Amino acid sequence: MFKKILAPVDLYHADKLDKALTATGELARVYGAEVCYVGVTGSTPSELARTPEQYARKLKEFAREQGEKFGVTTSSHTIVSHDPAVQMNHELAAAVEDVGADLIVMATHPPDVTDYLWSGNGAHLAAHSDASVMLIRG
Amino acid sequence: MADQSTEPNGLEGIPSPEGTTNLIDTQYEIGEDNVEGSVGPFGFDIHNPVFMISGLAIMAFVFYTLALPDQANSLFGWLFSAVTTGFDWFFIASANIFVLFCLILIVTPWGNVRLGGTEATPDYSYIGWFAMLFAAGMGIGLMFYGVSEPMSHFSTSFGGTAAEGGVRTDWAPLNGAGGNEEAAIRLGMAATIFHWGLHPWAIYAIVALSLALFSYNKGLPLTIRSAFYPIFGDAVWGWVGHIIDTLAVFATLFGLATSLGFGATQANAGLNELFGVPIGSTTEVILISAITAVALISVLRGLDGGVKVLSEINMGLAFLLLIFVLLVGPTIYLLKLFFSSLGAYVQYFPALANPFGREDVNFSQGWTSFYWAWWISWSPFVGMFIARVSRGRTVREFIICVLLIPSMVCVLWMTVFGGTALHQVVNDGYTLAQDAALELKLFKMLDVMPLAGITSLVGILLVIVFFVTSSDSGSLVIDTITAGGKIDAPVPQRAFWCIFEGAVAIVLLLSAGGLQSLQSMVISTGLPFTVVLLVMCIAIGKGLSSERHSVKAADE
Repeated sequence: MFKKILAPVDLYHADKLDKALTATGELARVYGAEVCYVGVTGSTPSELARTPEQYARKLKEFAREQGEKFGVTTSSHTIVSHDPAVQMNHELAAAVEDVGADLIVMATHPPDVTDYLWSGNGAHLAAHSDASVMLIRG
Repeated sequence: MADQSTEPNGLEGIPSPEGTTNLIDTQYEIGEDNVEGSVGPFGFDIHNPVFMISGLAIMAFVFYTLALPDQANSLFGWLFSAVTTGFDWFFIASANIFVLFCLILIVTPWGNVRLGGTEATPDYSYIGWFAMLFAAGMGIGLMFYGVSEPMSHFSTSFGGTAAEGGVRTDWAPLNGAGGNEEAAIRLGMAATIFHWGLHPWAIYAIVALSLALFSYNKGLPLTIRSAFYPIFGDAVWGWVGHIIDTLAVFATLFGLATSLGFGATQANAGLNELFGVPIGSTTEVILISAITAVALISVLRGLDGGVKVLSEINMGLAFLLLIFVLLVGPTIYLLKLFFSSLGAYVQYFPALANPFGREDVNFSQGWTSFYWAWWISWSPFVGMFIARVSRGRTVREFIICVLLIPSMVCVLWMTVFGGTALHQVVNDGYTLAQDAALELKLFKMLDVMPLAGITSLVGILLVIVFFVTSSDSGSLVIDTITAGGKIDAPVPQRAFWCIFEGAVAIVLLLSAGGLQSLQSMVISTGLPFTVVLLVMCIAIGKGLSSERHSVKAADE
């Protein structure tokens, strides 16, 4: 049913993503799909990584661990954004194309007032990509 | 979660350098001192001391200038003249050092170092990069001084020198060129190019290079204090750093707010000239609000969708206007003037750059020293913005593109606009541009050329859009500094700074002399920042040599 799952992750808050990560891993096992973990980083140093290359290595390592944990094939895809706070939506939608995913599984935040002004990542992906989108409430 | 010291999933610690860069090993975690939370529905992630101190201090200053305008005016006015007249030699000498330092970087092996590591690739194309350099750096100045500065220097030079009690009272550069039209044009152009050529761009390049180097190659947060790591070590994460960053926020916000205020008065004058829009605070408040609103949209669209797009549009428009004036104006005369002005620049350079024993006190203090202080007080903002978009360039490429090419473009711009206006005066006897107020000179010059209605409109549009790009890139910079170097802080935060900046500009505009006194204060911040820049040169030297060292070690 699904061949490639795209799993956008916020590495910095990976400890809060348990539910979404479990859902991703188990879905992949059920459908025999590959999971591609995608992360967005700025080109400037952040609390997690001092260079984009270092971020990519961490994401790769994270993908490997998830693969071992759930017994599925995994890969990683790092997006280097000029302005992550604003451009993430667009860049995630582009990543769906680049990776060739047919399902997106991601954690979502509780809806609040700001959603009227800025659509959430999940909502934007559903509107701007061909893949199915599954949002996991934390 | 700023206090989280271990990273998830066993990915811990700072890795060893990859051999391509030479990371600085500091225990400081980016965002360590940040406070996250939310006000109502809006989330925030701020570096607390810097955000609070700069926010509160800005409000305190605004209230002070509002409550005691006369006192503030005389205090800041005194401060301003004390700084530009007492330290003119310091500004002029330091600026020379910056130019020299940049030129040395081009020819030494240090120029081979690539920002972001040996494997880094540039984030932006040359066109997008240049557009943003100009839009942030001096677009607005070029619009207003393009005609008026060559004209002023020409007029004062032509007027010759005058002295009273042994002190020069005229405003002519150097010894002037009393009565000699040809020589006055050469001197006027040389003096203008001197103020818009190598020196300002060297000032920006120093700040930008040090930030880019310490952020992209050394792994420190993208904030002004990082450049001081080689000097102060881990103390930069404490109060020393807080003070440096707060000063930078201060200079940036007030610099932008005052420019926004003056820009609104100038745009108003242009609109009045063209459409008879009434001059007054109502129009100006509407203009500031409109500029802020557009800047807000641009800020919310992000770096690529907002600032970059606007910068490119503006660059295109400015280029068209330049070509139009060049072709419709006295083309051959302008082309000749371009080369003779360059020659004059080289010829007069040593005298104009001489920091000591100047006789042309009005010129060297009122123009040169004022400009240097002004560029330097803008340098944290422009430098940080340039740094943000320059990853992946080598130091040599960076300096050539930030120093030499913009300087040449400025020479061309000043020649075409100033030269056309001078030609009108000298050959056609058309003196309206010469006699007009500073903000109207450009429009008066365009007036006697074909399609004046369209070109004047393009002129006003350029002025306004250049303000928008200054305002939104400024908001991005302030947001990054007050978020401790994070570029992914919640979006409402940058919207806050953008609106705050517009509000400060409006409040100051409505108070008598508010803008004037604050501009004096901003320029006064140029003095401490000159010291900051000199220290940055040392830090760049240290940083680049360690970088060279590690690249060599990796090659062996």
